[in-house]
Amino acid sequence: MSEALVLNEQETAEILAAAGHYPNKSAASVEALKIVQKHRGWVSDEVLKSVAGLLDMSPDELDGVATFYNLVFRRPVGENVILCCDSVSCWMLGADRIRERLSQRLGIGLGETTADGRYTLLPIVCLGACDRAPVLMVGDELYEDVDESKIDEFLKRYGEAWTNR
Amino acid sequence: MDKPLTQNIKPDRSPVTLDEYRRAGGYQGLTKAVTEMAPQDVIAAVKDSGLRGRGGAGFPTGVKWSLVPQGESAGQKYVVVNADEMEPGTFKDRLLMEADPHQLVEGVAIAAYAVQADTAYIFLRGEYHLPARRLEQALREARDGGYIGEHVLGSDFKLEIHLHTSAGRYICGEETALLNSLEGKRAIPRAKPPFPQVSGLWGRPTVVNNVETFCNVPHVIRNGVDWYRGLGRGEDTGTKLFGVSGRVRKPGLWELPMGTPIRVLIEECAGGMREGVALRGFLPGGASTDFLLPEHLDLPMDYDAIMKAGSRLGTGTMIVLDDRTCPVRLVLNLERFFARESCGWCTPCRDGLPWVVAILEDLLAGKGRPEDLDQLEQLARLMGPGNTFCALAPGAAEPLQSALKFFRADFERYLKPASSARVA
Repeated sequence: MSEALVLNEQETAEILAAAGHYPNKSAASVEALKIVQKHRGWVSDEVLKSVAGLLDMSPDELDGVATFYNLVFRRPVGENVILCCDSVSCWMLGADRIRERLSQRLGIGLGETTADGRYTLLPIVCLGACDRAPVLMVGDELYEDVDESKIDEFLKRYGEAWTNR
Repeated sequence: MDKPLTQNIKPDRSPVTLDEYRRAGGYQGLTKAVTEMAPQDVIAAVKDSGLRGRGGAGFPTGVKWSLVPQGESAGQKYVVVNADEMEPGTFKDRLLMEADPHQLVEGVAIAAYAVQADTAYIFLRGEYHLPARRLEQALREARDGGYIGEHVLGSDFKLEIHLHTSAGRYICGEETALLNSLEGKRAIPRAKPPFPQVSGLWGRPTVVNNVETFCNVPHVIRNGVDWYRGLGRGEDTGTKLFGVSGRVRKPGLWELPMGTPIRVLIEECAGGMREGVALRGFLPGGASTDFLLPEHLDLPMDYDAIMKAGSRLGTGTMIVLDDRTCPVRLVLNLERFFARESCGWCTPCRDGLPWVVAILEDLLAGKGRPEDLDQLEQLARLMGPGNTFCALAPGAAEPLQSALKFFRADFERYLKPASSARVA
């Protein structure tokens, strides 16, 4: 098995540190998957088996967890994941138009990744900023009061490639 | 007017530091509890304060705590903070965690002392990155300050509080699904009884409360039951964070006494409707509550008063429906959310919600049949209380059934072929 398919020392150390917060190691399953994702962007079948072994879980058991949660990615995603809130308050104030504009600028639909691997567009449940609707999240940054005109400006921060489209 | 929950919060929402929190009287409640009160006295005070859970259900907090077994034979116990704020339209706990995280830490510490738990978990939704960073910082400061750790304030009481961040799924906010999730499993709900207070996390007695509920506790203990009861204007006690979103002039969040009329929140705090739109209705407490109408604006924001009017106060964060938004499309947006977020554990929810979505989509596409509205009503009944493991499907049924009642003509309009091109 090549090195990239198993957990490295840093990942292992971070996962075991998280597991120390619980009486059972398996309680750290979601955190472990997030740690892998932080380092690798997504969770492959091979690394999932490696995590399962570390947490004394069967691969199927951990896969059941990994496929349940919205923010655990079991397929590769882009460098920047753009989460578009489509819940009620954002929807009322123009979330559909924002998403369409993003789709147009990136040339991808929801659930897709740009060919250059830079961006993935995903829907998300209410981001808890309904008084600043519509909102988006990129990485761990929240963008409030978004409108179509602001999108170009905000995309520049994530790469000049966008501005030439 | 006292606003204990938000008294320290700065206009820019930068976090209140430990020193600032202490200068404002912070951790005096915990100090009083640990040094002057027996655990059962703390529970009695919370019970007498009349505090009801702020997560949506409104269950009396002190009663919940009193169901936890006490005494030396009770063994390991846990306190869990439900910080999985994911209901559409709900945005209150974010403010408390971002801007005054020590208030939550103190509330949790007092609760843990009251039920004699030595471990607590803050179950935070994965998308709340800023609250996560600020809570981590507050927990470090609280540990260094002796407010949590081996000997809390020099006493024999010890407490460790861990931050647990989740990875999405609305169902994690359901008390028992949250416990499964915290144990590292799929977040499916558990059958009740046994209730978590007796058999919760890893089968041990566990208290689960919402963020805002815990934030009330330091004030109850520090200022006393009579002071707290005096904060409310109506049947319920204390203050609450109330919010408004939608096409109002100033969407936002305000701390108001319980029992404040809805009109004050929507017309005065939120500035009423935007120019050119009128109020048609509102969901008083997030996506899982029944619509109320403009005729309900003078109702007091009390749990029982809203219940008597046919809805629920829920989280107190209101979603406003204006006359330019189609109620059928709004309901479709809500039902799509619930269908997507159903954990699939029980049939009425797993199968019923996509069915509701399909009927609404057909209706909006001009392919509706007259019997569809009866079918929607029947589905709302079948997904209602008592037919499902948890409250997700009954919650999804609430906006649907009330929209069919109050905005039926809007649904019927789509049954006429000529109207299928109507724009929301």
